[in-house]
Amino acid sequence: MLSVDGIYKTFNPGTINEKVALRNICAELPEGDFVTLIGGNGAGKSTFLNAVAGVYGVDHGSIRIDGMDVTRLPEYKRAAVLGRVFQDPMMGTAANMEIGENLALASRRGEHRGLKWGITRRERETYRQLLRELELGLEDRMTVKVGLLSGGQRQALALLMATLKKPKVLLLDEHTAALDPRTAEKVLEISEQLISANHLTTLMVTHNMRDAIRHGNRLIMMHEGQIILDIKGAEKKNLTVEDLLERFGKVSGEEFANDRALLS
Amino acid sequence: MGIVSGAVSLGLLWAVMTIGVFISYRILDIADLTVEGSIAMGAAIAAREIAAGGNPYMATLLALLGGMAAGLCTGLLQTRLKIPPLLSGILVMIALWSVNLRIMGKSNISLLRMKTVYTVFESMGLSGTASIIVLGLLCVFLLISVLYWFFGTEVGSAIRATGSNPHMARAQGINTDTVTCLGLLISNGLVAASGALIAQSQSYADVQMGTGAIVIGLASVIIGEVLFRGKNFYTRLISLALGAITYRLIIALVLKLGMPANDLKLFTAVTVAVALSLPTFLQRYHQSQKSHGGVE
Repeated sequence: MLSVDGIYKTFNPGTINEKVALRNICAELPEGDFVTLIGGNGAGKSTFLNAVAGVYGVDHGSIRIDGMDVTRLPEYKRAAVLGRVFQDPMMGTAANMEIGENLALASRRGEHRGLKWGITRRERETYRQLLRELELGLEDRMTVKVGLLSGGQRQALALLMATLKKPKVLLLDEHTAALDPRTAEKVLEISEQLISANHLTTLMVTHNMRDAIRHGNRLIMMHEGQIILDIKGAEKKNLTVEDLLERFGKVSGEEFANDRALLS
Repeated sequence: MGIVSGAVSLGLLWAVMTIGVFISYRILDIADLTVEGSIAMGAAIAAREIAAGGNPYMATLLALLGGMAAGLCTGLLQTRLKIPPLLSGILVMIALWSVNLRIMGKSNISLLRMKTVYTVFESMGLSGTASIIVLGLLCVFLLISVLYWFFGTEVGSAIRATGSNPHMARAQGINTDTVTCLGLLISNGLVAASGALIAQSQSYADVQMGTGAIVIGLASVIIGEVLFRGKNFYTRLISLALGAITYRLIIALVLKLGMPANDLKLFTAVTVAVALSLPTFLQRYHQSQKSHGGVE
């Protein structure tokens, strides 16, 4: 479903701040794959996700989604086939707009926007049902501005928005990192639910090793802009944090450098 | 009484401009200085057409189109050439000064005793001021209705989403560049139309009439929001019109109280600065109240 072939990305090339963020990233995600992406600080996880999403172009290589080459497509056009949730709860929703309006915007992702009503009565009913399933009490607050919601509620809403129009690939960029542990747990649970219900091909960046092991059917680890581990199937099922740290040490010759990952 | 009705009539014409400023400043979240040029441009286009014997309604429509073109220029500078919004507005504003002089061929045009959009109402027996109020009310009512509908549509929602959160808008497949241009185009079109109506009401167009217009527009937006707090989008638009009228009433009042007309711009700027800084002061005040509470 997602096929990434030899992408490179360097920020600020030719300057003193030059940073090679991605080196020869190759990855093939078949339909229904749920990949957790983990790595130390500055390993290039988010850069990888943003490159797939089209936030910036890549220097070399190609990105294909469901057979379509999207390498040169701008971000807003790629959005037609991508669902995204960001790390910052503020980024995934429009704070000045109502919950219902945000969902309505998401349901038109990839479609022509004309002079038809931005949200219809029938849609409101559908959204109310979907919100009820989140069990956050949002179904009775459809006309409330999203800016008044908590971070967890906003992330849950952002997840619903990302999956409302079934995406070919779902990109989750540390979407629980800014939440307290209990809320993060709940949002992960909702993610798991939506992903399995819609059978979504998913790429989830996380800084939490246990989450990376517990969720998904495949784990990719990045280090200094490269993919250094790709573990799937039964091997992934039996993985432990200790295993992962040891294998990281072997491959990279360094200790895992992400305090957040080790402390949580 | 004459002062009040004069202020109301002028306020209604400036309400059209205020709503235009609201679209860029509040909906798109851009402080767009193009309006200083586009309001004078509207006046210039309408005055030239009318002075040449043209139909005043057609002249006003042409003014609207001229303003739209100016807004589009600012939008393209921002989105295609990646020039910061504030600077894009300043560039087009400065450019329009020359353009407006070219349109008029001189620095001002008199419209005394010429057929304007108000002439029809005057021929029905209304006074000059009453004609302006009638047409102003018609325009404002029509404008608010159309904009209420428009910003409820899919495109309108896309513009609002872009102003609220461009990251989210792009992730939802909205071409934020296009809708930003569209928003600026509508905004400056309205501002120019307002300029055309104002020029016809005062019977002259002047290349300088845009100076300080952005501050007047912002003052009206803020006064409207603070005093009339519209709850939904429709009442918010109405509160803008009321804000523009209130601004004119305040100006009429301070002039009546003896403030020299030359100090008006200073007065307006200070008013806007105070209104804009109010939230910060209130926050500080609440915080200091809280910390005192903690000590006790």
